[in-house]
Amino acid sequence: MSKIKGLVCKECKSEYPAKAIHVCEFCFGPLEVAYNYDVIQTQISKEKIQQGPISLWRYVDLLPIESTPTVGLNTGFTPMVHSKNLGKKLGLDYLYIKNDSVNSPTLSFKDRVVAVALTRAKELGFDTVACASTGNLANSVSANAAEANFKCFVFIPSDLESGKILGNLVYKPNVVAVEGNYDDVNRLCSEIAGEYPWAFVNINIRPYYSEGSKTLAFETAEALDWQAPDHVVVPIASGSLLTKIYKGFQEFERLGLISGVKTRIHGAQAEGCSPVAAAFKRKSDFLQPVKPNTIAKSLAIGNPADGYYAIKIAEETGSIIESVTDPEIIEGIKLLAENEGIFTETAGGVTVATLKKLVNQGVFKKGESVVVYITGNGLKTQESIAPAVGSPWLIQPNLKSFQHILEKEKK
Amino acid sequence: MANLKIRITFPEDKIKEPIIYNAGKNYKVVTNIRRADVTEKTGWVDLELEGEIEEIDKAVSGMKAAGVIVNPIEGDVIE
Repeated sequence: MSKIKGLVCKECKSEYPAKAIHVCEFCFGPLEVAYNYDVIQTQISKEKIQQGPISLWRYVDLLPIESTPTVGLNTGFTPMVHSKNLGKKLGLDYLYIKNDSVNSPTLSFKDRVVAVALTRAKELGFDTVACASTGNLANSVSANAAEANFKCFVFIPSDLESGKILGNLVYKPNVVAVEGNYDDVNRLCSEIAGEYPWAFVNINIRPYYSEGSKTLAFETAEALDWQAPDHVVVPIASGSLLTKIYKGFQEFERLGLISGVKTRIHGAQAEGCSPVAAAFKRKSDFLQPVKPNTIAKSLAIGNPADGYYAIKIAEETGSIIESVTDPEIIEGIKLLAENEGIFTETAGGVTVATLKKLVNQGVFKKGESVVVYITGNGLKTQESIAPAVGSPWLIQPNLKSFQHILEKEKK
Repeated sequence: MANLKIRITFPEDKIKEPIIYNAGKNYKVVTNIRRADVTEKTGWVDLELEGEIEEIDKAVSGMKAAGVIVNPIEGDVIE
């Protein structure tokens, strides 16, 4: 019997075969992968995981593929740093930074979901992959498609800054700039996904794609010597990451790999695009779509597909979903860089700033463990911090001039 | 014939308006509601529009012009 039972509607629970479909034909609810946990139980163990590859594929028994992994063989298993400096500053003895800003191959958490999506796409017989993206997802799909010999289409809004596109073009995908606003691009991509036999990673392959996020929870628990942390802080874009981190801890507990999971899964949004945090704060599960206006572009999803489910999980686990301003995001980036030597992009700034906000709200008790997820690399969004990091000392090429600035530095 | 799965979201000031009825009346599309959550103040409806693609486009534009938010059923897919 296969470990994959099929796809199941998150709303009406209708069941479907594990094909490239993503919406329930009855109620239009989203589909997700259902597993035969009895089968997985007979295959998985801590020892087997520990002897597995040094990548996310060490958790292959809990990922929705049926054969040998073919894409992203070096993805995942990123460092989890026990923070000393930032932890001390914030008064947290057990603060851990899960650093996906050094993920392979494209320095973001998206490498996880794309590794799973493209491996599954190959299993399902696709030769073309596609996505709609303004940054990290495009990078990852383009790079992985190049290595795995897929034809690749990336759709972007035509007004996207040219710098963002360069990082994609180098992998030689077909980059299609769509004249129109974000709504137009969304609509077109949805239509293309229905029209062409392509693996659109975050549309018709989404049930498989999103499962890759669970590996962040798996790696976290393994790094903590097979325990779930007391708290995690997760950035929210579509909301999928938060729901899958929850699912990851639940699955590990269900299979007896960890026990006593009481993890509070806090969400982080940028105030300029915070439909999930706003709904959470007014104690509603109704999300009002917004037009994004924030420097945290990689989290700027105005109508998040999984926002409703993220709120439900936050409520169920007694967690908090907060939002932070653009200046707070910049401060968050600097706080992490200056204290831990980790340069994150704006999404990481959102997460660190939210962590600080939760500290100030007294959310964390002494002795509790807190894991903060850093999902992207600062080199990709350098322009956002340029005004806030100052400039180099300028001196004459003589010792006196150098000593002069040293004196200034001492003061 | 084409079909399009969409979610329409009602702001508070539009909640009383027969947006879906009007779409079916003013354009040659069949509207088929599958799931909804509507209160006296706000709400969303997931529905399918079936018809010629030009008529579907007109219906979507008409609904937007009437003041509701129209999105593909997948939500935003630009990540």
